[in-house]
This record gives sequence, structure tokens and C-alpha cells, in this order.
Amino acid sequence: MKYVDEFRARDLAEGLAGAIRREAAPGRSYNIMEFCGGHTHAIFRYGVQDLMPSNVHYIHGPGCPVCVLPIGRIDNALELAERHKVILCTYGDMMRVPASGRRSLLKAKADGADVHMIYSTQDALRIAAENPTRQVVLFAIGFETTTPPTAIALKAAADRGLTNFSVFCNHVLTPAAIKEIVESPEVRDSARVAIDAFLGPSHVSSVIGSAPYEPFAKVYRRPVVIAGFEPLDVMQATLMAIRQLNDGRHEVENQYVRVVTREGNRKAQGVVDEVFELRPSFAWRGLGEVADSALRIRAEFAAFDAERRFEISPSTAREPKSCECPSILRGAKKPTDCKLFGNGCTPDNPIGSCMVSSEGACAAYWTYGRFRQPASGSEAAA
Amino acid sequence: MCLALPAEVISLDLARQAAVVALGPVRKEISIALLDEVAIGDFVLVHVGYALHRLSPEEAERTLSMMRAAGDCPEAELAGESAA
Repeated sequence: MKYVDEFRARDLAEGLAGAIRREAAPGRSYNIMEFCGGHTHAIFRYGVQDLMPSNVHYIHGPGCPVCVLPIGRIDNALELAERHKVILCTYGDMMRVPASGRRSLLKAKADGADVHMIYSTQDALRIAAENPTRQVVLFAIGFETTTPPTAIALKAAADRGLTNFSVFCNHVLTPAAIKEIVESPEVRDSARVAIDAFLGPSHVSSVIGSAPYEPFAKVYRRPVVIAGFEPLDVMQATLMAIRQLNDGRHEVENQYVRVVTREGNRKAQGVVDEVFELRPSFAWRGLGEVADSALRIRAEFAAFDAERRFEISPSTAREPKSCECPSILRGAKKPTDCKLFGNGCTPDNPIGSCMVSSEGACAAYWTYGRFRQPASGSEAAA
Repeated sequence: MCLALPAEVISLDLARQAAVVALGPVRKEISIALLDEVAIGDFVLVHVGYALHRLSPEEAERTLSMMRAAGDCPEAELAGESAA
């Protein structure tokens, strides 16, 4: 058991596809939002959509932290690197995301700014220890999966008395975003976007557990099936969601039982609670300001908070004109509905954030689906 | 961004809260600060240099057998063509 190839087996995929075709009632449609970019990537890479009957649709959600970070926060990171001359440590995903005026961390690095691509928050600590005369800032982004590693690094910096290390915190929360989508006018009235069920996050749920989704399923009366990131996981979770919809149930079910428990990783939750607290409000690309949807560093760790340590200008950044990323992140539009898709905006030359990360819906469409997906209104760009 | 890979623990350094994991031929040192207990031979989910969770071999087997069961339907021929 290596936990990868077994969950990509063709014969099991054929069996699951057959079961879905048998159980999806022809008289209705099943609109399932996969929240995570990891699921979007799997659906496209393995052609899962092509194995579904025509009445089972996937709607791509905003679960790609690179995609939902507003331009203003990237402008702030650039300001830290260029004006405050810090060593900025960032995950590779953020390097190419366009900020205001088509700037990016990669371009800033090319222009001489000290931007380091890191694999782990431990790397940022090491860089701070090796450069005692320089300020080192960790550009921390991501959902609940990526937050505990930031908390561990911040605590380690406090324990070691590092005075040249701080964190620019942009960590966001999944349940708040799912709630925001369901409450958006487009979904609430079902006028433009019908979402019948959700595939819940894989690795976020390994940390927070399945319990946080329970009130949501109850209040909004929609099934949530926590699904792994392998193609067979997505297919089995889809079958579970279809069964719930057929039965008129709206429960939280866990397909990803080999990793996710109801209570999650208590140790990780503990270290996150110790270091972070809820932010009253945070701006998301595509969703706007969302209450209680992000974290900030607690006052007792203020010395390690880049937002307190450095003067950061409030941003007046605007989204690129014509870019449909905000609507795509809400599930209101498809990538192929965007005039820029393949027409100036490609993974090699991204204009919008959804084209940057391989988990972004636009990048997934471009890489795996552009010859398959007819755009609404026109043929997809080749 | 939330991608995490299952990798096998091949050595432990409990004093430093570190482990070396194998992913095929690749060996990588990771942090085990987020796990309560881990043993050599365990598979863990590795995300940005940290083990997030241990994988349960029993649950993985159970999931695979449920997948097999979903496809084992006596009326399968009624469903028409098989998936390509």
C-alpha cells in the first residue's frame, strides 16, 4: 500500500463510473461544487468529468489560496521586499501571481529584491538565523493546511529569541468561505448558480476534522462529502453525494477516512489557537470582505507580526480589467466565459490569479480541458 | 497549495522533532512537530515540509473495498456501455 496508485486504478474507476451512471436519476441534475483546487486539478487531469453522465456537473470553488488572495496583499508583500528591503520568504505558488501593474514577486526578484522561494517554514527560520543583520519576513498564505507550519515557525522564532523574523499573515479559513458562497445572491436565489452539494476539502479537513462542516450542512441543507485528492476519491465522494441527494439527506460524510477524523489533528489545532486569533474581516478575491474568515497574529506574538513591525500602505489595488477571476472563484462563471482566457492570459503569461497555480480553475481548463470544453458563446481558445 | 503527499517514515530524530521520509527514490527531512506519535514504517501526509497526519492502512483498505463493491453490481449490464 503506497496510498497513490491504488487510488488511480482504472478498473475501480470504471466500476464507480458505472455506479454513478446507474444511480444518477435521469430526471434531475446534480450540481456539485468541489471547493478545493486540488479536486479541480484531479477532475481535469484524470478526465473525471468525462466519466460522469451529462446531468452530473462539477462547479469549481474558491479553494485555491493563491487565487483568492487579493492583489492588495501581494502589493504589500512587494512593498516589504522593495521598500523595506527585507528578505521575503515565500512559497513558490506566489512568485508569479500578478500584482498591481502586472508586477510580481518574480519580477521584483529579477529587479534585485531579496525574494527567497522556500519549501518549508523551517527554511525561513534558517534564513533568519543565517542573516542576523537583515529582517526576514515569511509571506504566509494558505488555508488551514498551511497554517500550523506557520504557527510552529513563529513559536520557534519566539523560543529562540529571533529578533529579525516576522510573519506577514494571510491565512484564511475554509468553512467561512463555503458559507459565503452559499449566501451569495447568485447561489441563494439559484438564479444563476445552482449548487446541490459540496465536496469538502481533503487536507484542510485532516487538520480541522469533519465536525466544523456539520452546522453548515444542517443550516443550508446541503450534503458535504469530504473527499481525498485522488481521482477515485473524487468519484466515490461524488457517488456518496448523489446518494444523499437521492435520499433527500444533507449530512457531512467522510470519504477520506484514511486521513480525516471527526476531530482532526488536535495538536495542530492547539498550536494554531496559541498563535493566531480570528480577524474580524478579510478581503478575498472574488468574494470581497468576508467576516471571521481569516486569522491574525495574537498580541502576545506582536513582535513577530510583520503588519505591526513594518509600515504597510493600505492598498487601492484594482483587479485587471476584463479578468473574470472573481466570478470564476464564486462558481458563477467558467474560465471559458472570460474574454482573456487563452487570449493574452495563459499559464505562461497569467493576467488573473486562477491561471497561475495549477490548482486554479483557469490553469486546469487550459492544461487539460481547453480542447474538450466548448466555451459558452464561442469555441475555447486553442 | 494544499497538496500533500503520502510518504513512508524511514528514520526518526525525536530530539529535533524531525523524520526522514521516502517518496520513491527521494529522501527528505521533514518536521514531525504536528504529530503526537509516529513510528518508522508509518505513512504520513507531507505538506510544506511537515507531517500533517498519519495514514490509516486499515481505512485505506476499507475504502478500496467499498470502491470495488460500488462497481460490483449484478445489473451492471443494464447500465449500457462500460466507461471508456
